[in-house]
Amino acid sequence: MEIPRHWRLKKQRYGLIGEVCPHCDSKIFPPRDICPDCGKEAKDEFAFSGAGEVYSYTTIYNAPSGFEHTIPYTVALVQLEEGPLITAQLTDVDEEHVSIGMPVEMVTRKLREDGDERGMLVYGYKFRPKLVVAA
Amino acid sequence: MTENLLLKPSRPVGIIGYGAYVPRYRIPATEIARVWKGGGAVPIKEKSVPGLDEDVATMSIEAARNAIARAGIHAHQLRAVWVGSESHPYAVKPTSTIVAEAIGVVPHIQAGDWEFACKAGTEAMVAAMGLVGSEMADYALAIGMDTAQGKPGDALEYTAAAGGAAFVIGPAEKSLAVIEATYSYVTDTPDFWRRAYQKYPEHGSRFTGEPAYFEHVSKATETLMGELGTTPDDYDYAIFHQPNAKFPTRAAKMLGFKQEQWEPGLLAPVIGNTYSGAAIIGLTATLDIAKPGDRILMTSFGSGAGADCMSILVTDELLNRRDKALKTQDYIARRKEIDYATYARMRGKITMK
Ligand SMILES: [Zn+2]
Repeated sequence: MEIPRHWRLKKQRYGLIGEVCPHCDSKIFPPRDICPDCGKEAKDEFAFSGAGEVYSYTTIYNAPSGFEHTIPYTVALVQLEEGPLITAQLTDVDEEHVSIGMPVEMVTRKLREDGDERGMLVYGYKFRPKLVVAA
Repeated sequence: MTENLLLKPSRPVGIIGYGAYVPRYRIPATEIARVWKGGGAVPIKEKSVPGLDEDVATMSIEAARNAIARAGIHAHQLRAVWVGSESHPYAVKPTSTIVAEAIGVVPHIQAGDWEFACKAGTEAMVAAMGLVGSEMADYALAIGMDTAQGKPGDALEYTAAAGGAAFVIGPAEKSLAVIEATYSYVTDTPDFWRRAYQKYPEHGSRFTGEPAYFEHVSKATETLMGELGTTPDDYDYAIFHQPNAKFPTRAAKMLGFKQEQWEPGLLAPVIGNTYSGAAIIGLTATLDIAKPGDRILMTSFGSGAGADCMSILVTDELLNRRDKALKTQDYIARRKEIDYATYARMRGKITMK
């Protein structure tokens, strides 16, 4: 059971809330309170737009415990439009349609159950192909 | 009866923003008929199916983000987050707190989950009208969303679908559509239910049509129009709860509405019955194409039973806000067809232990 950890991480997980450096304007995710670019303190909250593109990806067929219900699934390094590179699952996509440079957008989805069907539901960000406006 | 039966807030209220959500997957009704050897005509073309990582919380979050984007307000201006559904992810623990946290509204809010079979979403809208109309709050978020399940092989399995909509309710002068009045017609009618700990619902067969759906939908609609002094001709669009394609079409005809009035809001043939989302996603699809000055009538229905009817007048603001989020038809156009085996896996119909 990791309830305290899930609770502590919910803000960054649900809404992609990170930080912005007040000194050099670097956008930071995940939040770490120290700017990775200039090394100064950076605690100002910043909500990322959720837009980005696939930097690299791989498909998982042998999932770690807790994720076996959704195999196969694709995990990607996503380059956010504000700069940071983050790891996340892709969703609503078929593996054969994933490509490097593909535009994606953040959605909040169910990540897993904590433990079994009696455990809490853990929600967080995933990315899907940017939805197009129908003609 | 001499008293006026309409519900009208002392401060006029309206829809400030709206947003829809429909999952990506579709199973054709003919595919369900293939497995269960269902003979005869199928009730709809296909229904929407949620992905393995979707539930009423995640779907509500996306619809809410769309509604807030159209409203153009800061999430923290909302004073209530109310989610109506009959498929809340937890038996005990609110969906609304998860949604509120994800859209950045906590902690200065009312939050709660509403239940009334398929009319929980419009019940939340009426409550939001009361909160704003009494000036206790300026903005409230009302959501109706479901991931409905039907017993494998049952008639309901052909239509039980996933989707819904969210509405930011606020002062009429800031709205994209004014809610002129609402009226609800409610009785104790056992047409459909699901007992505690049961996975699939039961229905009272012959009870579902005349004494339940048609009685409540027509009484709610006729009373609202009677008290408002309107007739079907005063409306450009009309939306009725849509458990299938047949019921809303028949109700609309009985009440004197024409095909061009109900067609834009009739989505059941292509997404199925989204339960708490069914009438209100018809409303979002209609708002996506309506013009300023258009008048819309919407009647939801919830088994058990009751119907909520609303008269809605579109303002000039609609055109400024409509394109700020994905439209209902954008979600409907996003479509991946699945077979019965994939559907059974995705809906948890295959037991792993
Ligand atoms: Zn810095």
